[in-house]
Amino acid sequence: MNAQKLLFLPELASKHGGDLDRLTLYVHILMLILFVGWAVYFVLALVKFRASANPVANPDGVQSHASSYIEVAVVVAEAILLLGFSVPLWAARVDQFPAEKDAVRVRVVGQQFAWNIHYPGADGVFGKTDINLVDAQSNPLGIDKKDPAAADDYTTVNQLHLPVNKPAIVYLSSMDVIHGFGLQEMRVKQDAIPGLVTPVWFEPTVTSDDMKKRKGDDKWSYEISCAQLCGLGHYRMRGYVVIDSAEQYASWTADQAKAAAESGGDDEWN
Amino acid sequence: MSAELIPYITEARPDTGLTNGKIGIWCFLASEVMLFGAFFASYIVLRTSAVEWPHGSSILNVPLATVNTVVLISSSVTMVMAWASLMRNDLSKYRLFLGLTVMFGFCFLGIKTVEYSAKFEHGLLPSTNNFMAIYFIMTGLHGLHVIGGMIVNAYFLFAAPSYWEHDRELLANRVENSGLFWHFVDLVWIFLFPILYLL
Amino acid sequence: MEARHESPAHKHAADHGHGHAHHEPGFLEKYIFSTDHKTIGLQYAVTALFFLMFGFTLMMMMRWQLAYPGVPMPLIGGLLGEARMPGGVMTPDFYNELGAMHGTIMVFLGVVPLGVGGFGNYVLPLQIGAKDMAFPRLNMISYQFFFVGGVMMMATFFMPGGAAQSGWTSYPPLSDINPGQTGWIVSMIFIITSSLLGAINFIVTTIQLRTKGMSFWRFPFFVWAQFVTSFLLLLAFPPLEVGAFLQLMDRVAGSSFFLPSGLVVSGQILPVAGGGNPLLWQHLFWFLAHPEVYVLILPAMGIVAEVLTNNTRKPLWGYTAMVYSIIFLGFMSFIVWAHHMFMTGMGSGIAAFFQTTTMIISVPSVVILAALFLSLWGGSIRFTTPMLFALAFLPMFGIGGLTGLPLGLTSSDIQLHDTYYVIGHFHYVVAPGTVMAFFAGLYYWFPKATGRKMSETLGKAHFWLTFICMNGVFMPMFWLGLAGVSRRLYDGGASYAHAQHVLWLNGVSSWSAWIMGAAQLLFIFNFFWSMRRGEKVDRNPWNATTLEWEAPSPPPHGNFVKDVVVYRGPYDYSPRGYSSDFRPQAQEA
Ligand code: HEA
Ligand code: HEA
Ligand code: CUA
Ligand SMILES: [Cu+2]
Repeated sequence: MNAQKLLFLPELASKHGGDLDRLTLYVHILMLILFVGWAVYFVLALVKFRASANPVANPDGVQSHASSYIEVAVVVAEAILLLGFSVPLWAARVDQFPAEKDAVRVRVVGQQFAWNIHYPGADGVFGKTDINLVDAQSNPLGIDKKDPAAADDYTTVNQLHLPVNKPAIVYLSSMDVIHGFGLQEMRVKQDAIPGLVTPVWFEPTVTSDDMKKRKGDDKWSYEISCAQLCGLGHYRMRGYVVIDSAEQYASWTADQAKAAAESGGDDEWN
Repeated sequence: MSAELIPYITEARPDTGLTNGKIGIWCFLASEVMLFGAFFASYIVLRTSAVEWPHGSSILNVPLATVNTVVLISSSVTMVMAWASLMRNDLSKYRLFLGLTVMFGFCFLGIKTVEYSAKFEHGLLPSTNNFMAIYFIMTGLHGLHVIGGMIVNAYFLFAAPSYWEHDRELLANRVENSGLFWHFVDLVWIFLFPILYLL
Repeated sequence: MEARHESPAHKHAADHGHGHAHHEPGFLEKYIFSTDHKTIGLQYAVTALFFLMFGFTLMMMMRWQLAYPGVPMPLIGGLLGEARMPGGVMTPDFYNELGAMHGTIMVFLGVVPLGVGGFGNYVLPLQIGAKDMAFPRLNMISYQFFFVGGVMMMATFFMPGGAAQSGWTSYPPLSDINPGQTGWIVSMIFIITSSLLGAINFIVTTIQLRTKGMSFWRFPFFVWAQFVTSFLLLLAFPPLEVGAFLQLMDRVAGSSFFLPSGLVVSGQILPVAGGGNPLLWQHLFWFLAHPEVYVLILPAMGIVAEVLTNNTRKPLWGYTAMVYSIIFLGFMSFIVWAHHMFMTGMGSGIAAFFQTTTMIISVPSVVILAALFLSLWGGSIRFTTPMLFALAFLPMFGIGGLTGLPLGLTSSDIQLHDTYYVIGHFHYVVAPGTVMAFFAGLYYWFPKATGRKMSETLGKAHFWLTFICMNGVFMPMFWLGLAGVSRRLYDGGASYAHAQHVLWLNGVSSWSAWIMGAAQLLFIFNFFWSMRRGEKVDRNPWNATTLEWEAPSPPPHGNFVKDVVVYRGPYDYSPRGYSSDFRPQAQEA
């Protein structure tokens, strides 16, 4: 049995997720040992020392130092989980980003209550944005069309396409309030905070099609869930993620680029 | 107040060597330190994370503030002297110096009012930028503390005679404590002045 | 010593002869504007119990929406008006109002006032042999601040914008732009002030008004818990007060402390100067709110220690270790706050620091809980109602605490942050933990306050129903959380694919909550019935050792008939070669 099944976690679909799940599993094993251990002792003590069975209490109580050893053991276990797993794993998340050239890079900008997704296009450079150009319908991100770098950019709403088995770097931000960018199957969660750009990275390992087969449900899709309370629409601030095979992704980007070129780079609706 | 129930109001508890009021005021000051500490921390965070931050002296009136600093410091001095003359059982001197302390308080507030109204006239408001905002909230809250201290001192100024008959020790203790608070308020200003006006 | 102990008081009374004792206090003076710590304690307790019940009621309504999203709520659905519940279905805004208010009420108007204001005020002076609090009038004022703050908090429901709807954490920018928040901030300022005044009073009382022979190492553990708690309140609340002032400025004076530049809200550029920092609020808030959570648990631990020793008829195991642990816990609680902010984009250095401190702070809790567990060994355990609740606290707090560990490690927190796992974690500590411990305390000290015992039969029924339902409510949340269901979802996650297979658990939670709500009627009935009809008892019905049981039940103004003197530590149960199975602290050697 794997960590996902043991802990009722969602399906795993990212490279780093396995390590995180393993840590979560180990922590829960420690918790279970402590819980069961103490619970057994607890029940035993209650039965053994109930007034009817033990009318006179012994004021000295426990003499052994077992508990001290247990406490030391708990400390050691926590230290191992902390230094051996959590700290290095976190460092890998926030310090060891893949090189930009061999990663897919997208901007994801939260907004009440949708996820705006901004691809840099062929040139790999994100066009300038200016809040004065923001238009809820035609240009939610306020991309400046006059900026040459913006010419080949394309944006979508609630539709994040990524290729499988290629590192993806997401530059997270928000236009209004704090949102929580959560990809359950990718084991990714990061607050999208206005005024800040927070990069997160991960490497999808299972395409949407494979996952649909695995689930036996062809309407199923990866989702972006909003984790942070962001207002009355928080509960429905859901985006969709499509993990394409290399070919699928290539054709999808081609379509996007074409559409962008035609409509001057402000096409929202696919 | 059910005073007959409560020991160590006037004299110190032997094993702690302190009166209730003394520990109370120190606890209160500890929380005040956390209060203004948090304000200064917020100031640092805001300033470091801000794109541009105006130079205080370019907006605020440094001369007036300098005068105010002198006023507050002298008020602390008179506060000490008031307490000292109480120790020397000199009621009239005590009332003179405490009166001065309160008066200095009025001075300080008066000057602050002048400063504030000048800012308002120039349309400098909390909404102008975070520098003005933090300026108003920090000096405003400090001003409230000054008023609080003045009220307490004024009370001990006018209630002094009746205390004088009943329980001089008690008066001395309470004046000492309100003095501690007054010095704290003064100290806060000593920090506010440079970070807002000079840096 | 005795002479010195008395003299100033008498002298003082003589000085201005207008104390209470000199004339019969009228109704107002006796019940409303009383400065007697016992009256004030009861005022706190009853008000807080009311708020607990109210906060629970709000949640029972939310639980309907979570279990049956979009289905009109039976009975009360229609009563709350079309604005809030069109056609009996609550609007998302109203759901958020209820959520924010549930959290705020339970923490700031329910558990803290009951644990500190109620139990602390009533029991602490008695346990150290004091005649009252050090500053009785200040004590009354802090209750009044709390009361006003509470009433205002309630009133916000009827204000134009409605109540706050940005969660009890009130994260800006949302809280800066959402309606209803201003009332929340102002009420909070009152509540904070109340706690600060109270904390000062407790610290001075504990240090100064200990009776003869009551050294710190003879304190009952409950006194230690309250003492440490007071320091947490005193030092942790001011930063939140600062946060409240800044947020108030943002809302009423148009400043932008928490608003960065370039915000676009629903297509419109927000007309503010900008340049602020939303994370500043989170630091100010959590710098309070983490110590705050220990404020929620320490009094509970204190109560459990009292009830446990009394009903095992043996001393507390590892008293010294527990005292050092609780002090250490107090210190540590000031340097773990950012474990609530792991997902705000934390660098590896800071993350390493805060997850390390978080792991460290779990150790003293382990020590305390282990000590309580081991105190059972060798005892002669009486399963009275208070004891049942106290016993239940141990595993419940255990579960809540243990589930704090995966949250405390950044890497496992990635999947769990802001999911129902967090909700499960902290409810296990505060609801099956603290609330159960408080019930233990209510049943245990009820005779002291009223001279009558509460019904054991009703009490036991109340216990079993509450205990089972508590687990029914919160156990499912761990599975919801692990499956990735976010918290604060108006529809309980119904729209998410990854939630579909666990949605049925929402039903389990809800039904447990409603049954538990019904079970509380047993308690409320028992509470009021026993006041009049309960079995009459003498001053020490539980054969307890601590000082509060030396005073008559209920204790008169001034508490003790004659000054009590302490001769030994707090838990001298079943001493060897002694006639009875308990030797009170005030029993001469
Ligand atoms: C009384 C309240 C209380 C207490 C005591 C605790 C205790 C702890 N809490 Fe909790 N916590 C909250 C109240 C509390 N918490 C609240 C209210 C929130 C959410 C706020 C919000 O976001 O709205 C929260 C959230 C919270 C988070 C943030 C999660 C997130 O948002 O992602 C974290 C992360 O580190 C955390 C960690 C811990 C830890 C490590 C402890 C440790 O102190 C626990 C130590 C205890 C133990 C380790 C138990 C040991 C037990 C045994 C050894 C014996 C077991 C035996 C049996 C079970 C029979 N808590
Ligand atoms: C001390 C804190 C505390 C306590 C005790 C509780 C108790 C309970 N809480 Fe709450 N809860 C919070 C603090 C608390 N909660 C916080 C901080 C949040 C986060 C809010 C946010 O998202 O911002 C939250 C959120 C929260 C949620 C998540 C909502 C969401 O994310 O959308 C849920 C869901 O079920 C919930 C349920 C419950 C339930 C069923 C109880 C039950 O256990 C209730 C138990 C209570 C009783 C049993 C009352 C007993 C009282 C009496 C019987 C009085 C008798 C009266 C007289 C005698 C006069 N709570
Ligand atoms: Cu966006 Cu919640
Ligand atoms: Cu915490």
